[in-house]
Amino acid sequence: MTVAIIDYGSGNLRSAAKAFESLTNEPIVVTNDAAVVARADRVVLPGVGAFADCRAGVVGLDGMMEALTDAVITRGRPFLGICVGMQLMATRGLEHGQQDGFNWIPGEVVAIDSADPHLKIPHMGWNNLNVTQPHRVLAGLDSKEDDAVDPHCYFVHGYHLAPDESSHVLASVDYGGTITAAVGRDNMIGTQFHPEKSQAAGLRLISNFLAWKP
Amino acid sequence: MLKARVIPCLDVKDGRVVKGVNFVDLRDAGDPVEQARLYDKAGADELCFLDITASHENRDTIYDVVACTAEQCFMPLTVGGGVRVTEDIRKLLLAGADKVSINTAAIHRPEFVSEASQRFGAQCIVVAIDAKQTAPGKWEIFTHGGRNETGLDAVDWAKRMEGNGAGEILLTSMDRDGTKSGFDIELTRAIADNLRIPVIASGGVGTLDHMVAGIRDGHATAVLAASIFHFGEFSIAETKAHMVAAGVPVRL
Repeated sequence: MTVAIIDYGSGNLRSAAKAFESLTNEPIVVTNDAAVVARADRVVLPGVGAFADCRAGVVGLDGMMEALTDAVITRGRPFLGICVGMQLMATRGLEHGQQDGFNWIPGEVVAIDSADPHLKIPHMGWNNLNVTQPHRVLAGLDSKEDDAVDPHCYFVHGYHLAPDESSHVLASVDYGGTITAAVGRDNMIGTQFHPEKSQAAGLRLISNFLAWKP
Repeated sequence: MLKARVIPCLDVKDGRVVKGVNFVDLRDAGDPVEQARLYDKAGADELCFLDITASHENRDTIYDVVACTAEQCFMPLTVGGGVRVTEDIRKLLLAGADKVSINTAAIHRPEFVSEASQRFGAQCIVVAIDAKQTAPGKWEIFTHGGRNETGLDAVDWAKRMEGNGAGEILLTSMDRDGTKSGFDIELTRAIADNLRIPVIASGGVGTLDHMVAGIRDGHATAVLAASIFHFGEFSIAETKAHMVAAGVPVRL
């Protein structure tokens, strides 16, 4: 089993790769090679920075969008999008002008909007997940479960994904209103938080993802 | 809900952890990677390395420290000290840092913060501000451990850095740093209330009540401390239990 972590020149992929490596003996490949992604058994799209930059980074890699679509949509490989990698699953993003996303999860990525002028933006730090739909990859992160880990996860973002269909929302957090924390359908899941930075809860999620057979 | 963050800060010099009182009289408190691992286990919310290595030859030691730490700690790591050009940021991020903090380089060239924010994203750009009170209700920015004045007003400077794309402000009171007499609450509140981005309060923690005051009275979203943790005066767990008891929500 090969896990491909897509490297499109953004941010810190080492910590994501290290978190995956700590949980499996299978090869974890950090790659910008579309052919590697096309052959991978699982695909992870991390992302930090702005929506448009991340999108340009992915689209700018030769054949990457086609490989990603083939692996995730055509062949149904398990996919995990992290932070902006999750936001790219949306129809479009509204950060610094309108940009198209992958349109896998219909909806828009919009600024965190609150009536509270004291609410700090970005939403940065640890917030507790409310799992709204049980999901294999979120097993153990729902405080209602008996064997749940501490449900706090690490967030840093100023925009969030507002899906058109509530059935695509798997978890949320409260921050001046309800913020989407995880989305998913079929073989794909996305987390607004950083599992690779979320200690026990994050490692549990990554472990679940590595075992997931959608 | 979002929880207040407790951030231990490790001053790292030539690859070893040190922490001074008022930035002089350094004491050795061990191996940074080992300390990071212990803080990770203890439930620290983030970790901050401040690289105070002076000599050019030893500057690369921080990359090894960051890389070894990132292999063992799955928590956010901020690295500051000596960040002057975008290449420094890239190397720290590649080594495994999540955020970098920029201090003197921002004062020399404020547009460095805009460039860094555009290239790497605001979420990983922390601007560190060292401020000293110069008159009632008035603070100025100082550099070089508080020795050099800049004439910049702290509140104006913080707003400008927010405008340039800083994702967070790490605010240190040079009057309080190392004194254990508590954060400069008035300064912290003046900055926090004037910005939309999060502010980390730093400088002066001596008791657990000081940590509470930084959040409750200073309106910071995170509190940073060094010596009270390193020398075993208080554990992260004791700190957080105290904060919860005082009504400050934290991640336990």
